[in-house]
Amino acid sequence: MAMAIALIVLALGSVVFFFLSPWYLTPLASNWGAIDHTITISFWVTGVVYLAITFFLAVALIRYRYKRHRRSLYEPENKKLEVWLTVLTSLGIAALLAPGLFVWGSFVTVPDDAHEVEVVGQQWHWSFRFPGEDGELGPVRASLISDDNPYGIDPDDPRGQDDILVRSPRLMLPIDRPVKMTLRSKDVIHNFKVPPFRAKMDAIPGQTSYFWLTPTKTGEFEAVCAELCGIGHFAMRGRVEVVDQQTFDEWLAGKPTFGELAAREPGDPEAGAEHFARCVACHGPQGGGKQETNAPRLAGLDAEYLKRQLRNFRIGARGTNEADRFGQQMRPFATSLQDEDVIADLIAYLETLPVESTRPTIAGDVERGKRLYRTCASCHGPEGQGMPAFNAPRLAGMNDWYLVRQLQHFREGVRGRHPEDWYGNQMVDMTQILVDEAALRDVVAYIGSLSEAPAVADAGRQSAEE
Amino acid sequence: MGEREYDASSYVPPAEVGEMELVHPKTFIGKYIWSQDAKVIAIQYVITATSIGLVALVLSLLMRLQLGFPNSLTLIDPSSYLQYVTMHGMIMVIYLLTALFLGGFGNYLIPLMCGARDMAFPYLNMLSYWVYLVSVLLLVVGFFLPGGSTGAGWTLYPPQAINPGTPGVDGGIILMLVSLAAFIIGFTMGGLNYVVTVLQARTRGMTLMRLPLTVWGIFMATVMALLAFPALLVAALMMLLDRLLGTSFFMPGMLSMGELSSHEGGSPLLFQHLFWFFGHPEVYIVALPAFGIVSDLIATHARKNIFGYRMMVWAIIIIGALSFVVWAHHMYVSGMNPYFGFLFATTTLVIAVPTAIKVYNWVLTLWRGNIHFTVPMLFAIGFLFTFVNGGLSGLFLGNVTVDVPLSDTYFVVGHFHMVMAVAPILVIFGAIYHWYPKVTGRMLNDTLGKIHFWVTFLGTYAIYYPMHFIGLEGVPRRYYAYGETTFISDSVQALNAGITIAAFIVAIAQVLFLFNLVWSYFRGRESGPNPWQANTLEWQTPHTPPRHGNFGEELPAVYRWPYDYSVPGAKHDFIPQNVPPEEVEYEESSKSGGRA
Repeated sequence: MAMAIALIVLALGSVVFFFLSPWYLTPLASNWGAIDHTITISFWVTGVVYLAITFFLAVALIRYRYKRHRRSLYEPENKKLEVWLTVLTSLGIAALLAPGLFVWGSFVTVPDDAHEVEVVGQQWHWSFRFPGEDGELGPVRASLISDDNPYGIDPDDPRGQDDILVRSPRLMLPIDRPVKMTLRSKDVIHNFKVPPFRAKMDAIPGQTSYFWLTPTKTGEFEAVCAELCGIGHFAMRGRVEVVDQQTFDEWLAGKPTFGELAAREPGDPEAGAEHFARCVACHGPQGGGKQETNAPRLAGLDAEYLKRQLRNFRIGARGTNEADRFGQQMRPFATSLQDEDVIADLIAYLETLPVESTRPTIAGDVERGKRLYRTCASCHGPEGQGMPAFNAPRLAGMNDWYLVRQLQHFREGVRGRHPEDWYGNQMVDMTQILVDEAALRDVVAYIGSLSEAPAVADAGRQSAEE
Repeated sequence: MGEREYDASSYVPPAEVGEMELVHPKTFIGKYIWSQDAKVIAIQYVITATSIGLVALVLSLLMRLQLGFPNSLTLIDPSSYLQYVTMHGMIMVIYLLTALFLGGFGNYLIPLMCGARDMAFPYLNMLSYWVYLVSVLLLVVGFFLPGGSTGAGWTLYPPQAINPGTPGVDGGIILMLVSLAAFIIGFTMGGLNYVVTVLQARTRGMTLMRLPLTVWGIFMATVMALLAFPALLVAALMMLLDRLLGTSFFMPGMLSMGELSSHEGGSPLLFQHLFWFFGHPEVYIVALPAFGIVSDLIATHARKNIFGYRMMVWAIIIIGALSFVVWAHHMYVSGMNPYFGFLFATTTLVIAVPTAIKVYNWVLTLWRGNIHFTVPMLFAIGFLFTFVNGGLSGLFLGNVTVDVPLSDTYFVVGHFHMVMAVAPILVIFGAIYHWYPKVTGRMLNDTLGKIHFWVTFLGTYAIYYPMHFIGLEGVPRRYYAYGETTFISDSVQALNAGITIAAFIVAIAQVLFLFNLVWSYFRGRESGPNPWQANTLEWQTPHTPPRHGNFGEELPAVYRWPYDYSVPGAKHDFIPQNVPPEEVEYEESSKSGGRA
């Protein structure tokens, strides 16, 4: 009896939960309403079957519960009933399958007028490529990937020269135009998922895959990775902004083509030395950082990171939070650096500066810090050397007081919350593992111990010789 | 031939195979450690599988802790979280469920239910267990390696699984693959045994269509496992070669820690096809024994013949066969040629028909029965309800279009836990309450059993049902933390906390169950040989627990199918399989019914 009541309560409760639950499909923002319909059909068909079976079961439990003198019916088979049930079930299944296959037919057929965008997955960020004027993406090879050719585009193939590269995890799409998303991965398997679009697909290394959609709503949508891709999986985010055609065209026009990127002149360190004059007051003559002025060391940081941070300061993605006092001081200097060439020169100069070790000011439990650092190591490298491929700057040898402050800022969302600070967003998620102040100091203390390692000292000497 | 009985006959064919000679060891070690008795081997399997299963249970609690109450333990960081995800899944699916159903229940029940003295190859059977134990120990060693066990997800997808930077890539993944290979070798020894025993060692009169559905389920699952596991074995070996010798079966040219890797030209999708060619049948390798066992539990405790026995047998066979052509429904969004979707969605939904028939037949077996709400029966009903739930959500995920937004979300987590975790586990519990009296001669405590059932049944529903809904919202699985997102509502965190609390309560109930197992062994009520008044042969043994050789001097002869419950006119509401028609006692009034 209790069992029958439990079943009825569970069945009814499940239905009530279904209707009252605050959790359901996100509002649709693409043409894939048909997918939502198949889900609705599935709910109806399975819901009816679920209730029918559960109630039948409950009634059986109540009516035929044990009684001393009751005797079960002896009925090994009932052909007619069995055939009926089989036929009915088959019809129900067909009712589910037919619309599913029908919609799948359109899912796999990309409309002829669709424009194309390539989504490139990489641990743990997204980048994009548009085919340019010839309407065709240039061929790529993993073996061609380098700092100068991040997509691995074949430089000898004319089709690749006009490809437009979007290296930030922020994509714009024009509204009401079908788009074919071609997916590729540089390392492990990822999955580009924007929940309100419904459609998604894995991005696999060594081959391409695709899906298509037509964005139907303007606005900003979050993209996440839906296929386990390593420890940063949960923090692999991106954004898709759906805009009108004109805004899209303007945005795309501002992005470099592969040809332009390849033709860009390398920076001139001598010119950079002159530009650096304005930085010296705070960051020190050798870019070694100064605690008195709260300015971190710049020597040893990779070019992409420096560029990105200058941009973040310039556009207000960093240094605008009131709690980030020293970041606010940096903003006017960054805003004065507008010219791409000036920045390139400046960075070229910074790369010539020696990486000298810094004086430790923070004490902490190095052993615990080492354990905590395991997570950091996957992007910043086991020696804290930084890995530009992961958009992770060098940590070893960085002033420890600066690291502590930045970690605090990340953890509290003072830094990294701005939607344009793509990798800062990841750090906000990552720093949550530093549960208290002690953990934070421990990990910084461990990072401090890394700069004493001989490997790092060697690296420093090398760049000094250069 | 009886008129009232469905399948009974006085004729029993002569034995085709001679009596087997058993090695009767004299020492304690020979009897209980290096034992060749299938029943002892079964207990060894159960104890080993349960122990490693408890480890996996603790891992799931650690995951739940992180999801419900983020960062409350510094021990759990993103890498260890993924290691828990991986090991929890792998242990539960392979080292617990597969080993428990086939190695545990298979070993105990096949010889007894078929009327055999032992498995066909007792020595091989013993070896099977010891190789299984080695595979479990290898797995355990993985936890203590520097870098820990692998964190590649239980599906071990390459390139991730062997890519530098993935947790456990130095040693954990190697041990994992070697352990899997060992498990498969051990299983093959056992599996061949089970199949040969069912086909060759049945007692006189035990035709295939008189086998209890438990044996049918385990038999079919074993056949499937023998066909499916080799795919996993080669996949594991190929991945080992990729990892150790630098071959490129599954590894394309790619970046690895920002550097170009030395691999070139391999196919990550090839691994997925091999994995799921094993992985989908694996679902039924776990489900079919559960189907079989639950049929026997329901029939016995409702005092009613199973409805549509022949249909049930055919459904088991058809499900087994079809499950080999549905594997790519795990790969709808994997980037394989999307046109496969049409074929695999169709085969997947077709398999729902025989599965639904089984559900109908269970429910129809209860209809017009005389239902005893014993603990095994409660668990059987719990299974029915949970399985219907999990089966129906499978219709969402199997239907290719519907799967696209739902794959890799908590909808999937909810679905497969309902259908292949909770449902089979409920059957395992029911089966343990049912057969414990035969194994030990004592009944399990009823009150503790009922508490265990209610907490587990309601608790698991509270855990997994809501997961489907956050999955609809798009909450991705295998996330260490959710951070700030625009599409996940804030209330998800509150729900996650609630789920975690439910998980801890359910886990505590399992401690109660373990206590019951131990306590009843010493203090339980004596059960006698056939406490449930069941028909199958294991309840008709001369000794309880059955001794080595199972049936004393003479093997039983079988005269009828196993479901002669409540036969009209018969004095008792059950007629064991080894009772000849002429010995059935009838009520006075119906004696004129005319008997052959």
